[in-house]
Amino acid sequence: MSTETQAHAHHGDAADILGFWLYIMTDCILFGSLFAAYLVLHTPESYGPALKPLIDLGYVLGETMFLLLSNFAFGLAMIASYREQKRLVALMLMLAAAFGLVFLVMEVKEFIHLVHLGYTWQVSGAASAFFTLVGTHGLHVAIGLLWIAVMIGQVLYMGLNQAVTRRLTYLGLFWNFLDIVWIFVFTVVYLYGAL
Amino acid sequence: MLEQWIIGKLSFDVFPKDALTLYLGGGILFSGVLALIAGLTYFKLWRYVWEEWVCTVDHKRIGIMYIILAFVMFFRALVQAMIMRSQQAIAVGPEHYGFMAPELYNQFFSEHGVIMIFFVAMPLIFGLINLILPLQIGARDVAYPYLNSLSFWLTAVSAALIMVTLMIGNFERAGWLAYTPLSGIKYSPDVGVDYFIWILQISGVGSLLAGINFVVTILKMRCPGMTLMKMPIFAWASFCAMVLVSLAFPILTVTLALLALDRTMGMHFFTQDMGGNIMMYINMIWAWGHPEVYILILPVFGVFSEIVATFSRKRLFGYVTMVWAIIMIGFLGFIVWLHHFFTMGAGPAVNAFFGITTMIISIPTGVKVFNWLFTMFRGDIHFATPMLWIMAFFSTFAIGGATGVIMAVPPVDFQTHNSLFLVAHFHNVIIGGVLFGFFAGITYWFPKVFGFLLDERIGRYAFYFWVIGFYVAFMPLYPLGLMGAMRRNYHFDNLAFQPYLIVAAFGALLIFLGFLCQVWQVAYSLYHRDRLRDKTGDPWDGRTLEWSLSSPAPFYNFAHIPEISHIDDFWYKKQDWRRHGEGKPQPTSYSDIHMPRSTPYGFIISVFAGIFGFAMVWHMWLPAIAAILGIIGAVIIKSFNLDTDYYVKAADVEAIENKHFAEYQS
Repeated sequence: MSTETQAHAHHGDAADILGFWLYIMTDCILFGSLFAAYLVLHTPESYGPALKPLIDLGYVLGETMFLLLSNFAFGLAMIASYREQKRLVALMLMLAAAFGLVFLVMEVKEFIHLVHLGYTWQVSGAASAFFTLVGTHGLHVAIGLLWIAVMIGQVLYMGLNQAVTRRLTYLGLFWNFLDIVWIFVFTVVYLYGAL
Repeated sequence: MLEQWIIGKLSFDVFPKDALTLYLGGGILFSGVLALIAGLTYFKLWRYVWEEWVCTVDHKRIGIMYIILAFVMFFRALVQAMIMRSQQAIAVGPEHYGFMAPELYNQFFSEHGVIMIFFVAMPLIFGLINLILPLQIGARDVAYPYLNSLSFWLTAVSAALIMVTLMIGNFERAGWLAYTPLSGIKYSPDVGVDYFIWILQISGVGSLLAGINFVVTILKMRCPGMTLMKMPIFAWASFCAMVLVSLAFPILTVTLALLALDRTMGMHFFTQDMGGNIMMYINMIWAWGHPEVYILILPVFGVFSEIVATFSRKRLFGYVTMVWAIIMIGFLGFIVWLHHFFTMGAGPAVNAFFGITTMIISIPTGVKVFNWLFTMFRGDIHFATPMLWIMAFFSTFAIGGATGVIMAVPPVDFQTHNSLFLVAHFHNVIIGGVLFGFFAGITYWFPKVFGFLLDERIGRYAFYFWVIGFYVAFMPLYPLGLMGAMRRNYHFDNLAFQPYLIVAAFGALLIFLGFLCQVWQVAYSLYHRDRLRDKTGDPWDGRTLEWSLSSPAPFYNFAHIPEISHIDDFWYKKQDWRRHGEGKPQPTSYSDIHMPRSTPYGFIISVFAGIFGFAMVWHMWLPAIAAILGIIGAVIIKSFNLDTDYYVKAADVEAIENKHFAEYQS
């Protein structure tokens, strides 16, 4: 492994991680476009039933806490990986995945609840924008959960080698990024919508 | 129910009913595919093609495949253009309606535009950057070789999908950007728009990955001594274009995804009723679409800069201003999108802002043109074919640019909007700029990639046919537009249009002859490759690092990573060698070279993506889910394989290099 690292000197982890940052940036633009679409379609004057009375801010705050906790657990996993404690890394990743899963389940339950109340994605452009924006974040979280599951396997079976550590760094960036996007979703969609 | 989930909307009714598509299109397509399969089998090339091309991560081979793909698609779209020109030349007046049904004509112009932008211009860009950029910056490969292969195969798979659209089902009829509400489910209930959406989604992901890949390659893999301001201009231009790709393509992804949600999930983003916003689609698609224009033209500006300097035997005039002009164009490219729809009625203030920013773009562009002219001034100019293309570019692009500035004035645009004047304008800049630039670039770098030059004489025939054909085909469209002929019509009532349309159709024929000359040129040069062989590796007396290598460049590019101290470093080194009456010095020792291993996963994932796209078009939900699982599975399996690179032995490197130097010294 060490000779390979040297040969890679001109093209090592730093370059790889720059690429992942760039990917995150493109994902930012993706969410930016969705936020723009949401803000265009979701105004107080826009057509269709209002979202405001259907939303329970406390519930969403709880959801948010689970996502933040998940990120915290992931941070612990990263610290454990720096100390090369393989089992602890896997354990913390499982914790992160569990919190993330709770977030996702709560979000899906909220969607089902809204649909039962008659607020589906088909009732208005504003509703379409709401489900698409929040749902795209949820889809990202689901992909992240799958990724965490794979990484748990890789940490346990392959150990904390260079490739696995690098992937954990990517995943950490991704997971953090989803938290930040969620903060914006919470502010723009839920808090601003509740005013 | 289960059947619905598996075959979706597919049935025997989906095959075309009109003779033109069926016999002409289907005939060419199937005979092409059959010939390919038969050829590969007869020459027992399957294993070679699989191992050396399909699985390759060598940027030069991927570049070659991009360019072959571009020319295959170019043939298709060019034939479509000729058919449409013939139709328009015939279908004038109350008695003549030509040979095309409006249904088919609308599909043709939509597909012509989509193919030319996404499957000709974009693959040419990525192809040329793949071929040349790593060589120019002294790198052995791109930052992510496997992603590079994935990008290519995603593009190739979506090109294959667009090939089948007219055979299975139909393509969309709403133009190359599929404006809403016409592209909504209400007015386009068939699968055409779905094809459009999923083809562009798949190729868009490929483009985005390639964009990120090259940005990282340029930022992190330049050879020692090559600071950003010592990069060749082509590298700078590619860098800015790839930054634009990374910034713009996510917007396209979102726009098309929202349109897909409207169409399949019954959402209301872009519908006329229920709180949708039609103009949001047009804003969003052009927020991607205008930067896309600069994604196409910027790398070509880089090509021109390299070629003008080489064939004038002079250092490029105003390097720093050139770099800043490129950066300015890249930036301004993001704040002009609204000039595509001044007629939307956004109000005088908004239109004035976008009109002015549009006109401002002509300033950095003008800087570049003057820099090229000053580079030629008192230069030792050699009129090889690449230089001829550039001479044609100067005049053609200037005319196209001037008509663009005319239309940047909103009141004028209200007159010319959606007329043939506009059609003439953008063909003027895209053919005269982008396409001529690629022809110049491909002729220029051809020996570096294949080891022999293209025949100059046939190259000139192609050049004259193309340039004359271009003017004959598109100049009539300017007066036609001013006379009130609108675009996308399969029939005109006004008989006064007909002479112009006949001239334009004749021009299209000349262009096609130019294209045939290019095919002939490649075939002829291949046959006479021994006579046209480039033994020196530097046939044009070039200035940048790629010319320091053998032709064709070895698969590892550089036996020793070069070190440079200023712009055109290789040129100055050559002057030194010449002063001492020596040739290129051969290194005395070689070391092992670390290279990425070939991998089939780029191809495998792309095939699943293609199946996914096709399944989504036809609402075949189970195959779609299976394809998604296939993609996820392939990614996960690949992630467990850490044996992704290997070493080329120093002895092997030495053998290859010795061969080149033996040839070089003879």
